Amino acid sequence: MTYEILLAGFGGQGILFAGKLLAYCALFEGKEISWLPSYGPEMRGGKCNCSVTISDEPIGSPQVLEPDLLVVLNGPSFDAFMGNVKPGGKAFVDSSMVAQKTDRTDIETFYVPATQLADDNNLAKGANIVLLGKLLHETGIFSFETVRKALEKNTPAKRAHTIDNNMRALQLGADYAG
Amino acid sequence: MEKVLMKGNEALAEAAIRAGCKCFFGYPITPQTELSEYLAKQMPKRGGVFLQAESEVAAINMVLGAAGTGTRVMTSSSSPGISLKSEGISYIAGSDVPCLIVNVERGGPGLGSIQPSQQDYWQATKGLGHGDFHLIILAPNSVQEVVNLVTKAFDLGEKYRMPVMLLSDGLLGQMMEPVEFPEITPSQADNSAWAACGTKMEREHHIVNSLYIEALDLEEQVKRRYERYAKIEETEAMAETYLCEDADIIVTAFGATSRVAKSAVNKARAEGIKAGLFRPITLWPFPKAELNAACKNAKAVLSVEMNMGQMIDDVKLALDCRLPVSFFGRTGGVVPSPKEVLEELRKLNGGAQ
Repeated sequence: MTYEILLAGFGGQGILFAGKLLAYCALFEGKEISWLPSYGPEMRGGKCNCSVTISDEPIGSPQVLEPDLLVVLNGPSFDAFMGNVKPGGKAFVDSSMVAQKTDRTDIETFYVPATQLADDNNLAKGANIVLLGKLLHETGIFSFETVRKALEKNTPAKRAHTIDNNMRALQLGADYAG
Repeated sequence: MEKVLMKGNEALAEAAIRAGCKCFFGYPITPQTELSEYLAKQMPKRGGVFLQAESEVAAINMVLGAAGTGTRVMTSSSSPGISLKSEGISYIAGSDVPCLIVNVERGGPGLGSIQPSQQDYWQATKGLGHGDFHLIILAPNSVQEVVNLVTKAFDLGEKYRMPVMLLSDGLLGQMMEPVEFPEITPSQADNSAWAACGTKMEREHHIVNSLYIEALDLEEQVKRRYERYAKIEETEAMAETYLCEDADIIVTAFGATSRVAKSAVNKARAEGIKAGLFRPITLWPFPKAELNAACKNAKAVLSVEMNMGQMIDDVKLALDCRLPVSFFGRTGGVVPSPKEVLEELRKLNGGAQ
């Protein structure tokens, strides 16, 4: 089984971090992984994306051009990438940031007001994790326990309190049915 | 040891410390910065020296100085920085001292772009400075291979008393993959015959120098160096082959591009196109015999590179032009897609579909 995942949004929305969590989950399960950030003269507010490939086989090109799973956190990324999702793939869209809707019927699209949900629940900047929660709920790739391990591995001791917040954000996304 | 996730640049830095590298001299540049950042944090804690020089030119001359004392030493940069270092690299080659030079390539010429490229193939394999000389050029294609080749690079440099380059690129440097650090005990080759590390008034001076007043002396020195190069060409070439045995079309690609090529070869095979992949791991020495063996049943060769066509020259030379060799590449920091390479394979296999 191979999952090619693309996460995209603005710099500062935690795109790379969300990708890293998926990569660490895969590491714990002994999968082949590649994690590739877009990099450039970019900054908070600039465009940002992250390719994550998780597979049982050795991975060729690490660039995800036609994702099985797409996570988008802003309008420009929606315009740039929705057309590239593999037929049969799934897209997870932060509908509080993206006004557009896709007319594609060959993919499953989940609109989650992730930024709004995060803000309403005192989880500012948690939209990335809310969408990740929805993605995991819909695909079942990794359990929440595995994500907790990944969070523990990637959270410095002085920010340990954010682990529970992130777990709450995951649950918010998973529970969102709208 | 358990696998960890690391960026190519960070893994390279960790591997260098584990390989016994004691000194790093460099100057920051994207996309290699994580490498020097990692060493800046770790070297002082682990018995080494990290020094950010005032320029690339200064850094490479510090490398020459440290290498002359027989110390395991390295520098790293990206394309424009390597150009600046080329004078010093020529001096290092002319002084017959070992060191590791890392080039995390980006787009050129000039300041170019900071995205991945392989536009320095010619520079690395044919012209890294003035004079008759070579570097051994190692071109890994995964984070794990980056780690494995770092120790090898130091060992080869000391074995043959010459600079070795590890040619990476922005893609390999920035991507994270699971990686394992093999248990190694760094073994430094005996350098007591040449290292300039103090006579203690007990022996003649060792002189590390690249200047020869008498032309005949220099000629002899260069010829001796070329005897070593001949031995390296005979014994140190490395390559990987993938599905070449029955292949009609052999794709040649190195470094990150070979990953793209491998995806394309797999897609081609799924369509019934008999494609295979030949990946040189050493770019100098170029694995000529290995390429010829891989091409024994081939009818055509496609060189895929992140440049306008540089390695293709060595592919043609190695094959004595007995097979048609075509080229596909993207340049300036653009990474080719497997689909584009597949399209070329379809054409070679009998027309576009």
